[in-house]
Formats: sequence, C-alpha cells, structure tokens
Amino acid sequence: MIPEVGHFAVILALCVALAQAFFSLVGATRGYVNWMAVSRPAAYLLFFLTTFGFCCLVISFLTNDFSVLNVASNSNSQLPWPYRLAASWGSHEGSLLLWVLMLSGWMAAVARFSKGVPNDMLSLILGVMALVAIGFYSFLLLTSNPFDRLLPPAMDGRDLNPLLQDPGMVIHPPMLYMGYVGFSVVFAFAIAALISGRLDTTWARWSRPWTTIAWAFLTIGIALGSWWAYYELGWGGWWFWDPVENASFMPWLCGTALMHSLLVTEKRGSFKVWTVLLAIITFSLSLLGTFLVRSGVLTSVHAFATDPERGVFILGFLVFVVGASLVLFAWRAPKVGLGGRFDLVSRESALLANNVLLVVAAASVLLGTLYPLFLDALGLGKISVGPPYFDAVFIPIMAPAMFLMGIGPISRWKKSSVPDLALKLKWAFVVSIVSSLLLPFTMGTWSLLVSFGLLMAVWIALAGIVNLWTRLKQMSRGEGRTFWNSVASLPNSYYGMLCAHWGVAVFIVGVTLVNGYEVEKDVKMSLGNTVTIGNYTIRLDALKDLEGPNYTGVEGSMAILVDGKEVDRMFPQKRLYTVQQMAMTEAAIDTGFTRDLYISLGEPLSDGSWVVRVYLKPYVDWIWGGAFLMALGGILAVSDRRYRKASQPENGTEGVTASS
Amino acid sequence: MKPRHKRLLLVVVALALLGLGATFVLKAFRSNLVFFYTPTEVFAGQVPQGQAFRIGGMVLEDSLKRKDDGVTVRFAVTDSIENVPVQFTGILPDLFQEGKGVVAQGRMDPQGVFVADQVLAKHDENYMPPEAAEALERARKIKMESE
Repeated sequence: MIPEVGHFAVILALCVALAQAFFSLVGATRGYVNWMAVSRPAAYLLFFLTTFGFCCLVISFLTNDFSVLNVASNSNSQLPWPYRLAASWGSHEGSLLLWVLMLSGWMAAVARFSKGVPNDMLSLILGVMALVAIGFYSFLLLTSNPFDRLLPPAMDGRDLNPLLQDPGMVIHPPMLYMGYVGFSVVFAFAIAALISGRLDTTWARWSRPWTTIAWAFLTIGIALGSWWAYYELGWGGWWFWDPVENASFMPWLCGTALMHSLLVTEKRGSFKVWTVLLAIITFSLSLLGTFLVRSGVLTSVHAFATDPERGVFILGFLVFVVGASLVLFAWRAPKVGLGGRFDLVSRESALLANNVLLVVAAASVLLGTLYPLFLDALGLGKISVGPPYFDAVFIPIMAPAMFLMGIGPISRWKKSSVPDLALKLKWAFVVSIVSSLLLPFTMGTWSLLVSFGLLMAVWIALAGIVNLWTRLKQMSRGEGRTFWNSVASLPNSYYGMLCAHWGVAVFIVGVTLVNGYEVEKDVKMSLGNTVTIGNYTIRLDALKDLEGPNYTGVEGSMAILVDGKEVDRMFPQKRLYTVQQMAMTEAAIDTGFTRDLYISLGEPLSDGSWVVRVYLKPYVDWIWGGAFLMALGGILAVSDRRYRKASQPENGTEGVTASS
Repeated sequence: MKPRHKRLLLVVVALALLGLGATFVLKAFRSNLVFFYTPTEVFAGQVPQGQAFRIGGMVLEDSLKRKDDGVTVRFAVTDSIENVPVQFTGILPDLFQEGKGVVAQGRMDPQGVFVADQVLAKHDENYMPPEAAEALERARKIKMESE
C-alpha cells in the first residue's frame, strides 16, 4: 500500500508542476496577478508531495518490503539500517527521486526566501524551475519508477553494491545533488531575466547567494566522493579523472567562474551577457553530468542500468533545455546593455581572466570526457583519455589563475595601478619565492614541480594575509576604529572570500606534497614479516577470520613500530560480501595532520602469505581540508548581513566586497 | 591610449591567450590518447611501437602465474582467437578472475609480452568492462566471416 501512495504522490507532484509552470509563466508574461499568486503555494505543495513520496520509498526500504522491485534489487534483510536508508537513493530510480526532491526543495526555498524579488519575476523563476521539474518528474514516472512492484515478492533482496555500503556514501549523493540541482536556481534566474529583459545589478544580487550555496554543496559533494574513493576503493587514489568524476567537476569549474562573474555584474554592472551565458552553461553541464552518469553511457559503479530508453530521454531533455535557452539567449542578449567600463589593470580584468581560465579548463575536461564517447557512439573505435592528458592540461591552465588569485582581490575596481599593486604585494612575492625554493628540502628531495606547487600555495596564502592587513589598517587609520572593532566590522562575505581562497592554498599543498613525496610499496608478507616505509616499520602479527552482518572475511593485525617501539596497531580487512559474492578491500588508514599511513590487503597467496600494499601519504588530508575550507567560505559569504535585507538598496559596502 | 584602444587591446590579448591555450590543449590531447586493440589485432602487429595502448578480453583459464616476489604476475588475455601474454607488477583488482573480463593498459616489450601498468576489472558482478566486451564481439565477427 505504501509504495502506491508514494507513487500517487509523485504523480500528483507532476500535475502540480504542470499547473505551476502554466500559471506562473503565462501569468507573469501577461501580468495576471491572480495567476502569479499560484506559483508560491504551488512550490510548497510540490515540495510536500515529493517529500511524502520520498518518505514512502524510505519506509519500504527500512521495513524490507521485498515486493518492491527497487528494494529487492538494492537492499537485503541483513543490511544494517543506515545503509538501508542510503539504499533508497543508492539505485538509479531512487537517486532520481532524490533529484526531484532536491529540485522541489530548492523551489520551496526560492519561494520562501525571495521576499525582495518582485512578484512577476518570482513567478517567472518558479515557472522555469517547474518546467525543469516537469522534465524530471516525467522521466522518473515514465522510465524509472522507484515504486514498481515485484510479483511474486522476493524472499530476500539482492543487497546494495558493497562499494556503496559506507558512511561517506550515505551523504555523498545528497550533497552532490544539492549542488547539481542548486544550479537550476541561478539558471531559472537567468532565463527569467532574459524573458523579462530585466538584467540588472539587483538581478545579480538576488542570484549570488543561490549560486554560492549551490557551489558550496557541490564542493562538499565532490570532496566526499573523492574521500570515499580514497579509502573505500582500497588503492589510495583520490582522483582518477574518471568520466563520472569529470561530470561533477565541469559544473564545479563553470559554477566557480559564474560566482566570480556575478560579483562583477552586481558591483559594476559589467559582464551581464557573459554571466547569463555562464548560468546557462553551468546548469547544462549539471544536466550533462546527470545524462552521463544515469544513462549507462559510462560503465562504472554509478551506471546502474544500461537502458537506452532512459539515455534517449535525458539526452532529448538536455538538447531541449540547452537549445531553448541558447535560442532565448541569442534572441534577447543583444538587448542587454554594456556595463561599466574598466581599465586593463583592474579587478574586472583579473576576474575576466579568471573566468576565461576556468572555462577553458572546463572545456578541456569536456573534450577529454566526451571525445571517447563520440568516437565510440559513431563506431570509430575505442580510445581512452587518461590522467596524463588532464594533468598536462590542468596545471598550466590553473597556474595563472592561482597567480591572479593573489592579485585580484587586492586590486581596485575600474582602474588599478601596477606600482601600487607591486608595492602592496612585493613582500608576499619575495617570501613565497624564497620559501617555496627552501621548503622542499625539509621534506627530503627538491623537485621543480613541488617547488612550483608550494609557490602557488604560499603566494595565495600570503596575498590573502596582505589583503586582510591592508584593509584593517585602512579602517583603523581612516575611520579611527580600534583593531578588533575593524576585524568585527568587516563583512562575512569578505571573510568568506579569504577562507575559500585559503582553502585553495591548503588544497594545493595537499596535492603537491602527496604527488611529490608519496611512498608506495607492494610486498609479500607472511606472519612476523616486516616492511619499512619512511620512519615506520610495519609487522604482520596475526590474521583472523572475520564475521560481519552481511559479509565474511579476513582481518590482518599490523603493529606499527617507530625505532623498534610499537606506537599503533592497524587492522586492514579483506571482505567477501555474501549476497553478491563480491570481494572488497577495506584499507586501514592512520590519519594524521602531516601524513596518512595506509595499509590494504591485496591477495592471499598459496603459501598462506598475503600481498600487502602500504602507502605513506604526506599531507593527503589537506586535499579534503582545503575543499572543506572552500565550502565553508561559500557558506560564510552567504551568511552576509546584506543578503538578509536584500530588498534594500546597496548599503555602502562597495569596496569591501568579496570575490568568493 | 584611448579607452577604446585599451579595450580592443584587452580583447586581442584575451583572444590570443585563448588561441594559445586551445592549441596547447589539443596538442596535449593528441599525444595522450590511448587506443584500444583486441588480442587478434595485437597478434597481427597492428599496435603502435613504444606507445601505451589498451587491450581487453577474457583472462585465459589457468594462465595466472605468480613470480617468487609474490607481486609480479603473468596471465594471458584472450579474445577466443588469440592470446596475449601480460605481465603486471602490483595488486590485481578485487574482481580480477580467470575466465572473466579484463582490460589492461601498458606497452609491448621486445619479447612480445604486454607489460601492463594498469589492470582494470569490472565494478560489480553484472557488468563486463566495455573494452573486454568489444574484443569478444570483434573476434566473434571475424569467426563468423571466416566460416
């Protein structure tokens, strides 16, 4: 009964979305106030119905209702309950239901938190989002119904893919989807602005917090996915340039560019056309990501089903959304005036360069991701584009962006002078050069790539400090404030920018040092054998059998010795999940601020010994720490006071704005 | 310089940089493409010399041998017509099994052994790596034509 009720709720939700799109869009373009009044309550109703439907699915999973096909294929009575919960979005059907739940949630949030936005504009925005919703609700109901029954019911389920039975996987998809779907808000804002012709600085101010918060969620989602790959896939990599990873990384790159270009549009009225185009591209890339991951074009852990019908549906929807938006853009964009002028050396120029670099980076990822698929689809052969391409392309493209990240926030709007910038930043520059040349020696060997990476990181960090210091000095001198008073009076958005930029610096430190100084050893170990890695000696003391709720396996007991003394014990496991007969490597990781010690059991050999892989990964956790700081920066920026009274005009914060 | 000229200069510089970037990206792209070959094609000598490529197929039954160091393995990849000997040092993926699909990336050594630096197996029990399926499909076509 419960699944049918859930199914019915989702059908009702589709009807609500249809009505909402019609009344909101027609009402707003014709100026019917009564029709427009529908859009806000409809958004709440849509959210309620979808939440209700989603809860029905969750209940089916929690109560082990194996008469539901989705539950029978993706869950099992032996599965611990948190994973049964996660299994409700672990399948293709369930994850699409999560997608529409997020979308309706964002719509309800827009309805609730856009008090300052005029009624007709809000109607247009919600109407556009309802159009997107119609596409996804129909996709869900027509091709991927999560509530389908299985007759006769299965005795027990086929279990969740063991790779997904992990705490990180419980929250990774919701976070990622919050980001993906969150970009639909700024997309809807852009389309609404094109339809109404009101593309001004207030428009940019409304859109900015939505973009930033979606970006922050996406950042966390990607970081969680990378962290999961690191400890769960068992072989210590944190990023593989896998098409599925790229699918989430492309919207992230464009979303980052969009955030920065919205800043210029809000503050200076420039880049308007470009900002709108970026908003369209970013959301299109989110849809493309959904297509790549959900259509079965890519065979990976994410591609649950290779069902051509689904792929064709999403591809058609993608073509429709992108095509319609671009046509609208081509038709309306020329009417949007140019913004304020700016000099060659100015913050606008720095941000423009940042945008170009980020978009080029996204385009190069797109090329590497789609070209093999095109060739394959056209029957021209199979090729693969691996990490060497992405590494070769990415570092040179991002390096100038990192350099500009130091200069941009400190330069002035409209016109900045080179001598002035040089004066402000000369110490940061000298110190970062010297320290990046010397620091690698403290880690052992010197290498150019490590030195270069550290140069970028130290430069960004120091330029941020100089920026903060200059600003505080100006405030205490110019306005006679005390130091702490100045610290407190700087806006949150400014701290958000600093935090996010420092996050980039921390991230670069992690990537550079782990690439430069990682030690990896694959060895054959019997009981009592040792292997030495860095300062650590690892001894295999015991192997014992393991009995989990839905798996069996072997656990090694490893003593970690420093100078002959035992400092720690680690327990890597090899599991065999009984239902799917799938082997899994559970690495043992000793996490530290400056290094991770990582042990995984490879394969058992005929003489009772094991092939064991050990890693010493210096500063690897800084990678995710950096990503967390970036997301935190985004959240700080959105918490800024001025967004809470968004309806009021600019309140003199010009010049202390954040570029995050 | 007049503001208009400055603006023009900015646009020209931006376009030049963009062009430079595109050239560079495409160059990197071309030199890092990894092509895929079936064991039959490898045997016919159609593969690039000294360049990395991928092979796919099934792991031949009873072909897995381990050297004394415990971490170097040899196995053969077959598309049911030809077998290619593969050598790999490291830990094989959890789902690597004799008689199952596999994809390996690496180079041919002068002795005709494919030295792999990467071995990929499927992600779960349902799916075959696409390249492995492709290799079997091409071999099936060849067999059908020759009959």
